[in-house]
Amino acid sequence: MTTLLAPSSSAPSSEAPVKPRRRIKGASFMHAYVWVIIAWLVLPIAVMIAFGFNDTPGRYNQSWVGFTFKWYGKLFELSNLTQALINSLVIALVSSLLAGALGTGIGYALGRYRFRGSGSLNLIMFATISSPELIMGASLLTLFASLQIGLGAVTITIAHVMFSISFVATVVRARVMTLDRSVEEAAADLGATPLVTFWKVTFPIILPAVFSGVLLAFALSIDDFIVTNFTAGTTETFPLFIWGATRVGIPPQVNVMGTLIFAVGVLFAVVANIRSRRTPKAD
Amino acid sequence: MKNRVKRQLAPYLLVLPGGIWLLIFFAVPMITMLSLSLQEGDIVNGYRFTGHWQTYVDALSAYESQIVRSLIYGAIATIILIALAFPVAYWIAFHGGKRKSTYLFLLLLPFFVSFVLRTISWGQILADEGPVISPLRSIGLVGDSFHILGTPFAVIGGLVYNFLPFMVLPIYVALERIDPRVVEAARDLYANPATTFRKVIFPLAVPGVFAGVLMTFVPASSDYVNSAVLGSAGTTMIGQVIQAQYLVNSDYPTASALSFVLMAVLLIGVFLYARMLGTEDVMKVAAR
Repeated sequence: MTTLLAPSSSAPSSEAPVKPRRRIKGASFMHAYVWVIIAWLVLPIAVMIAFGFNDTPGRYNQSWVGFTFKWYGKLFELSNLTQALINSLVIALVSSLLAGALGTGIGYALGRYRFRGSGSLNLIMFATISSPELIMGASLLTLFASLQIGLGAVTITIAHVMFSISFVATVVRARVMTLDRSVEEAAADLGATPLVTFWKVTFPIILPAVFSGVLLAFALSIDDFIVTNFTAGTTETFPLFIWGATRVGIPPQVNVMGTLIFAVGVLFAVVANIRSRRTPKAD
Repeated sequence: MKNRVKRQLAPYLLVLPGGIWLLIFFAVPMITMLSLSLQEGDIVNGYRFTGHWQTYVDALSAYESQIVRSLIYGAIATIILIALAFPVAYWIAFHGGKRKSTYLFLLLLPFFVSFVLRTISWGQILADEGPVISPLRSIGLVGDSFHILGTPFAVIGGLVYNFLPFMVLPIYVALERIDPRVVEAARDLYANPATTFRKVIFPLAVPGVFAGVLMTFVPASSDYVNSAVLGSAGTTMIGQVIQAQYLVNSDYPTASALSFVLMAVLLIGVFLYARMLGTEDVMKVAAR
């Protein structure tokens, strides 16, 4: 704190060129502040990663004992945890692909056509994005309970598709709206049928948007806790396993898996970012 | 002729599968939840619709304090979020230069770790034997009765931590869209930096702030992870009550009534808010 306060106390000493200087000082003060916020955001991640290397004797992983790699070797020793991780991955994969297909349809229609009912569709999409997860999960539970549908991986997947559709649709719609339609007209002029035009011209152009929509849906699904909590029954996903383990102690393997998921996610994002920077130069 | 009919049908065919999914698994459950809140019975013998409004009266009088507490925690967290996030968004938008996307990426890093795991990690940091309190205790700065975990500070702090990126991003998007020439024009007309900020930059950032409030207040006030992991009996939020009523006590009518009240309070707020300001900004932010 004292270092952050220092610039403002020394400011009045130099009076003459006060305006530009104060601006620069204010900016560097804010620059430091941004880094403090970033450090604060990263701190619990650092703790999570560190405790994956903690040489703790058993499940109790609260205080630092010593450095070890052993949990990386024993990563898949807890069968419940491994199963939970597999469930999470399968559900995320299936639900993101389904939401990708359904959301692309909606996004494309909303971006391209004017049609009756688009207003209410926008409204329901806005509602799914802004509704509390608690309410979406709880109300789905009442639906499944009153239809006497057993809870499990299928109901979790249904729920994840539901909350992901609107995100995919929003991403795809944004791309379709900025699409240069003369390219499609050219295809039509060259005798392509509407369907051929779509598959050969339009779809390849919107594919990056569809892909980022699917990635977003995957990320939403694999991290989801609240909706999953209500629709899971006795099935466990990775976040549900962690939640269940809070009272008996989080095994270090959770930290290791969290670290690996973090590393893969960051890697994916960096690669996607580099690729997206390259593509505009290509065309 | 046939082609025209086809073209008119096209949007409906595209929208239909996803639309039906949203209808069945988003809209219909709201109705079943409302209906269940007015039924009587239990999980073993089944429920019958009796139009039992008394459940609402009982549930509200039993859990009024948790509902009020949730809204207050959510509101405090949102106000702190605006104060913390605005300078971050401002600096990145106007001084981030070529590294803008790098800074945004760093702010999004928490999203690569599960929400529950992040919150538990905070619990570990703030615990009595953790790296914050135990050194303070050993040098005698705080007494043995001093705790952070289990207090409203920990719960609100957790909410602020978990939702910070949702406040920074929309404000950043709004600030980023400001034409630099508008700011230059203000300077040319002899507005000092403070006036430029007050009269030009801030009004243009308001839609972003509003979108951010929408994206943080609703999830924060209905959250139960932070209050369960970082709180204690004295910080119970309504989300915890609803979760326990559904998943532990299986008292579906009470749980549904509480959910419906919470949803009504939040959604009426959201829709009034959206009516006033339009949904475009929120959707734009969601698209990022």
